[in-house]
Amino acid sequence: MIDDYPPEPPPSPRSSERVRRDRNRGDRAGLEPDQLLELYRLLIETRRLEETLVRLHRQGHIPSGVYRSLGQEATAVGCAYAMKDGDLIQPLIRDVGAMLTHGVTPLALLRQYLARVTSPTAGRDLNNHFSDPERGILGPISMLGAMIPVLAGCLFADRARGRRHVAGLAFIGDGGSSTGAFYEGLNFAAIHELPLIVVLENNGIAFSTALESQVPNGDLLRRARGFGVWVSRVDGNDVLACYSATRAARERGGVTVIVAETFRASGHAEHDDQRTVSHEIRQSWADNDPIDRFTEFLSSGEHMPARELARVGREVAAEMTRWRDQAIEEPSPDPSTQRHGVYAGNSTPIPCSATWWRGPPPGRERVHSV
Amino acid sequence: MTSSFLDAIREALHEEFERDPGLLLFGQDVGAYGGAFGATRGLQERFGSQRVVDMPLSEAAVLGAACGAAMRGSPAIAELQFFDFASCAGFDQIVSVAAKSRYRTGIACPLVVRGPVGAGVRGGPFHSISPEMWFVGTPGLNVVFPSNPADAKGLLKSAIRDPDPVLFLEHKALYRRAKQDPRLGHAAIPLGMAQTVREGSSAVIFTYGAMVSVCVDAAERVEAQRGCTIRIVDLRALEPLDHETILGAVRETARALIVHEGPERGGFAGELTAWIVDRAFDALDAPVLRVAAANTPVPYAPVLEDVYLPGSSDVVSGIERLLDW
Repeated sequence: MIDDYPPEPPPSPRSSERVRRDRNRGDRAGLEPDQLLELYRLLIETRRLEETLVRLHRQGHIPSGVYRSLGQEATAVGCAYAMKDGDLIQPLIRDVGAMLTHGVTPLALLRQYLARVTSPTAGRDLNNHFSDPERGILGPISMLGAMIPVLAGCLFADRARGRRHVAGLAFIGDGGSSTGAFYEGLNFAAIHELPLIVVLENNGIAFSTALESQVPNGDLLRRARGFGVWVSRVDGNDVLACYSATRAARERGGVTVIVAETFRASGHAEHDDQRTVSHEIRQSWADNDPIDRFTEFLSSGEHMPARELARVGREVAAEMTRWRDQAIEEPSPDPSTQRHGVYAGNSTPIPCSATWWRGPPPGRERVHSV
Repeated sequence: MTSSFLDAIREALHEEFERDPGLLLFGQDVGAYGGAFGATRGLQERFGSQRVVDMPLSEAAVLGAACGAAMRGSPAIAELQFFDFASCAGFDQIVSVAAKSRYRTGIACPLVVRGPVGAGVRGGPFHSISPEMWFVGTPGLNVVFPSNPADAKGLLKSAIRDPDPVLFLEHKALYRRAKQDPRLGHAAIPLGMAQTVREGSSAVIFTYGAMVSVCVDAAERVEAQRGCTIRIVDLRALEPLDHETILGAVRETARALIVHEGPERGGFAGELTAWIVDRAFDALDAPVLRVAAANTPVPYAPVLEDVYLPGSSDVVSGIERLLDW
């Protein structure tokens, strides 16, 4: 019996109103003021970092393109804040915020983009393409979907070795969810009930391809339900909603796909002028900036004095300037090392990750202990 | 008591699983069924379903899971039912994830991808290819292609212990055909050491895999007719390549023939010829020649496949051309 076809007409057009919950609700998702402030700092840090990268790019310091997460910061930060130290995080290029939340310093990203020898890959790879599985970072590769089965393999190996406490958090986009590898990895993880959370960030566009050209009826939720795993849906611009959904998934265990509705407020990269995104759609998301919303939330109740937020903003800005100046001064790789390190026999050690690791913020470690 | 090529693979797997409790194997039908060709028979029964893992019909999952485990510190083996299927989504995990991991992030990926390759068993276009050049052209991968049971066992043990990804190509026509007496040893054979399987001074043949026995047969025929001696070097691995043995053989014989089963165009012979000419042109009395398969997909009909594959007579012609130059 076919019981759910033809599908219900999709909600249309896609807009922020459709997914937004009570934006000014008093619910702080069980987090204490210091934890809320950490979230705020991570959001601001993500945005300041990307703004700094854009300026460096325009000044000609960055050889590659710059891919930013403007408008999507809450998804990356909120979801990663629900994970534990030692968990594995597998971000995409727009999930820099998740890496900062999991313990990476912004300095590492600056060095990566600037191709410095001090970067986590010593200049061999760009942007957030770097890994340190022991510290819980499984960096992306450019082929979308390819790392989902790889993360599943990490979790499988962990369980085989008795490391049952490790969970995995992966990100995929509306575009990446069209790949076979994405589903193939998810399916393997579900068969073995591995603790894998996949955040399906629906920003409505894959480079310039609209959601309706990506999935029938533009209905990603329906796609996710077809995978036979736990599915939830959140307002991706609500950092606390992202946090709560991920925390619930982590506590339940097994495989969960969280469809996070959000909007990419910048181009695919700095070279993309978003010409295919209509004025109406942009307008409909204009007052839905995740950082504005969280700031409003924090200021409106009794959660946070305004001066605290201002202080955090100043600290982040000052740190970013210092890191930028430091990274710019650092050297490029030695060209004579270009052939090193393809095989174990001719390896040059990649710089110690201690130089780019600061650890997750202290408040996050209390998330699963209460 | 003789041991087949498959026995050798099985023994290597059992011994390595016993030696390293962290070793994992992912593949389709590898558990109770024992693998499509029986290479993993008894392995899951002995080491459990959490180490010998039956996978869904998904090469991306097989290769992805194995890469993930390897990068997480558990050396892993991915079994492909036929190496032709490396073209499925799992190719990405081999060439994009495993091959580049060490170079770009410093993370080791001790992965072995093993499975049957090669033509001659009437498998048709999708169960017959020699895929070595897909991988030889990708820095970061090792490519091993054994020709006999003893090598298969010793080289597989080394491949499993290697800190980098190894593509381990097993010619399916050898699985049951190749026998060896006495029983196999237990030692690992280091990767990157060619083996001279036949001494000779009139010319040298560089070859690997199932073509080794074809070349031996051809060399015997030529020697019987012409009173010369033909050296045969089994390369055993294409990466790492035993440059020293190759160069020595070229300098001592002055005439070189390269024989492989993959198509001639873009085949390993082209790469090896360029390497030899670059370093030992002065030592050569004749151009480096090659005998390889036709530049076509592998056909099914026996009469067509027999034309496709290089045979003993093709190699004899190649040697004669080389000697008569």
